[in-house]
Amino acid sequence: MATENYKLLKKESLPALFDKLTASGKTIYAPVKKGEKTEFDIVTKYSNDINDEYIQTVQSLKGTVFPKVEKLFDYKSDKVDTSIQEPDFSKFPQNVLWGLHPCDAAAFRPLDATFKWDYNDEYFLTRMKLTTVVGLSCSKHDDYCFCSSVDISPASGDGSDILLTKNKAGDYLVEIITEKGQEVYDMAKDLFGEISDDKESYITDVPKKFDLTELNKNLDGSFEAPYWLAQSMRCIGCGACAYVCPTCTCFDLQDEGAANKGSRIKCWDSCGFGHFTLHTSGHNPRETQSQRWRQRILHKFSYMPDRIKVFGCVGCGRCSRACPVDMNLSEHLIKIMEEPKHE
Amino acid sequence: MDKLRQKAKELLSNNEVQIVVGYEEGTAGKARPAFISSPDQADTLIYDERCIHNLAVYLTQHKLPNNTKIAIVASFPVMKSIITLASEKQLDENFINVIGISKDNNLIEFKDFADIERYINQQDLSFTPEEQALIDKIDAMSMEERWEYWQNEFSRCFKCYACRSACPMCYCTLCITDFNQPQWVSVPSHKLGNFEWHINRAMHLAGRCIGCDECSRACPLDLPINLLTKKLSMDIQKQFGYSAGQSLTEPYALSTYKPDDKETFIR
Amino acid sequence: MNEFEPKVVAFVCNWCTYAGADLTGTSRIKYAPNVKIIRFPCTGRIDFMLILKAFAKGADGIIISGCHPNDCHYTSGNFHAKRRWMVFRTMLDFLGVDVNRITFSWVSAAEGARWAEIVNTTVDGIKKLGPYDNYRKMVNEETEVNNG
Repeated sequence: MATENYKLLKKESLPALFDKLTASGKTIYAPVKKGEKTEFDIVTKYSNDINDEYIQTVQSLKGTVFPKVEKLFDYKSDKVDTSIQEPDFSKFPQNVLWGLHPCDAAAFRPLDATFKWDYNDEYFLTRMKLTTVVGLSCSKHDDYCFCSSVDISPASGDGSDILLTKNKAGDYLVEIITEKGQEVYDMAKDLFGEISDDKESYITDVPKKFDLTELNKNLDGSFEAPYWLAQSMRCIGCGACAYVCPTCTCFDLQDEGAANKGSRIKCWDSCGFGHFTLHTSGHNPRETQSQRWRQRILHKFSYMPDRIKVFGCVGCGRCSRACPVDMNLSEHLIKIMEEPKHE
Repeated sequence: MDKLRQKAKELLSNNEVQIVVGYEEGTAGKARPAFISSPDQADTLIYDERCIHNLAVYLTQHKLPNNTKIAIVASFPVMKSIITLASEKQLDENFINVIGISKDNNLIEFKDFADIERYINQQDLSFTPEEQALIDKIDAMSMEERWEYWQNEFSRCFKCYACRSACPMCYCTLCITDFNQPQWVSVPSHKLGNFEWHINRAMHLAGRCIGCDECSRACPLDLPINLLTKKLSMDIQKQFGYSAGQSLTEPYALSTYKPDDKETFIR
Repeated sequence: MNEFEPKVVAFVCNWCTYAGADLTGTSRIKYAPNVKIIRFPCTGRIDFMLILKAFAKGADGIIISGCHPNDCHYTSGNFHAKRRWMVFRTMLDFLGVDVNRITFSWVSAAEGARWAEIVNTTVDGIKKLGPYDNYRKMVNEETEVNNG
């Protein structure tokens, strides 16, 4: 419990801030109430429909830097020449992602690591460069949240350019974390004040469900374990978990058009689909759902940290909420920890 | 619930079945499908109004070794799915023990699939007023309004195929979406790809859907896609007098014809 | 004056309508040139996806035509097709697709004049409805789709 100095952004200043952001050419994504749920949507003005007390949305905002459908280029071919037309990268939108929780902000790190691990994905990196993240710490959580188990705090500014914490007056404590955050502040200095307050007192406590390092060690040698089959029995093999996940990056490349003109498109894919690893020969190295389930866990909690030094999960719980048959990820991980260790 | 657990214990102890597919407690007060393989697990089985997943989807998933005998807890929609699957020759009666649950939560012992068929036909099989109202609402819109409505809904879809995976009748090992010569359904989830997918799904389920609404429940984005198949079910019932899930032997509406099928639009 | 010339695609069966269209030609009956005819062995072979693909590729109108009931060269192909179209038409209408842009007909090999009449009536009708921009808008949308 410690009172510290923060910049202050009063709730009544939000409309003016949003107007300034929009006027400067930025597209704002904010969490908007939609019936019982809250989902991110593009807004041009601040409104009372924007929800700063939501626990989690169904979809993440990874689609702003890794769209569900992205045209890579157009091609044209006549009898003599073939030409390729890439998009105008200078026209990619400048986005402000407003009100992301710390888990979502932290998710950009594994995305970044994946899209840079052996090849710099210009599409992702350009969009990322044009994105400003205004994070919002968590005053609430539910049974599905497990950020603290993957070493992310609900008060963390990691991945955010500015971090907001709502205080008891309904205003926001502001922490400027990066240069991009500083730019937003500089653009609207008159809207910010100063305050001394106790940030920690507004943060919810997310009980730790398991130890990440232990889990990673436990997964070594788990390849032939018998529990993958039991865990995956009810999995129906859809792509809901991968698509709502803020860190999943599997994609498919499709050429659409005719021989003489068309385009190449990158679109989302999921390792949970039955044909994800189907070879042209007909052989499928992951032909059962238990193999695919095992791969999902090992990829996120074993292969990624071992190879690109970052875990593939931020504990947001979206996969578990979206799953039609309640494949609760943290529950499965806890069960794995309870199993006898394998050689 | 006790009778159900008792029954499951019996079946597993006598090795009449090796797996019982039912429901168990899930996260945040929800129920979820459960697979139990030993009598001492039987007490985890539950049955109440939260148990609405269509478990019949697991009957065609082939996750278990061949010759595994399964018992399946069957609510009314699950019973209809079983009859539809059986009429399409997808199930071997000798390996499936159906533990029926009536609308007032009593256990029903079925001897065989014909028994289930008889039971189904003793119940009220008409569409509920709520279902009719949902369809009527869309039918009442103008053509442009309907187009806008569905374009809007489809634009949200990201083709996770939860609808396909959750439906017991979508059991093709090579789905139409897996074909690329030709590419019948565009893969990316842009407007055209989504439109083509949902039409395909509805048409391939036309007359086979028993109206469990699992597709919409499974959809992480709450798209009302159960209305597409429901509309076609209603239409096929009206035009051809055929409904899925009610007969083991009557051929499926689109695999047969009557010379005097009446239409109003062919010149 | 630049009048809109619709693109109409006709899916026809080889044994009746295609032969009928041939008769239209040999009889020197003039009819609208807007139609591109695709020959099928039987209407029973026409997959509903082909109709969608035609719209996606630029058709403003569609004609589907085959043998009269009881005259199918393969006995029952057109009966199966009829049921399929009854259901598919309901589907399209439910989704807000303009089913007035699709003409279904039975045209026999002897009905050369009737084929011309069907094509002309269809083309006239599509001219009044205009190009099927709604469908094309769906196809040509910018494929950079942002989530959220």
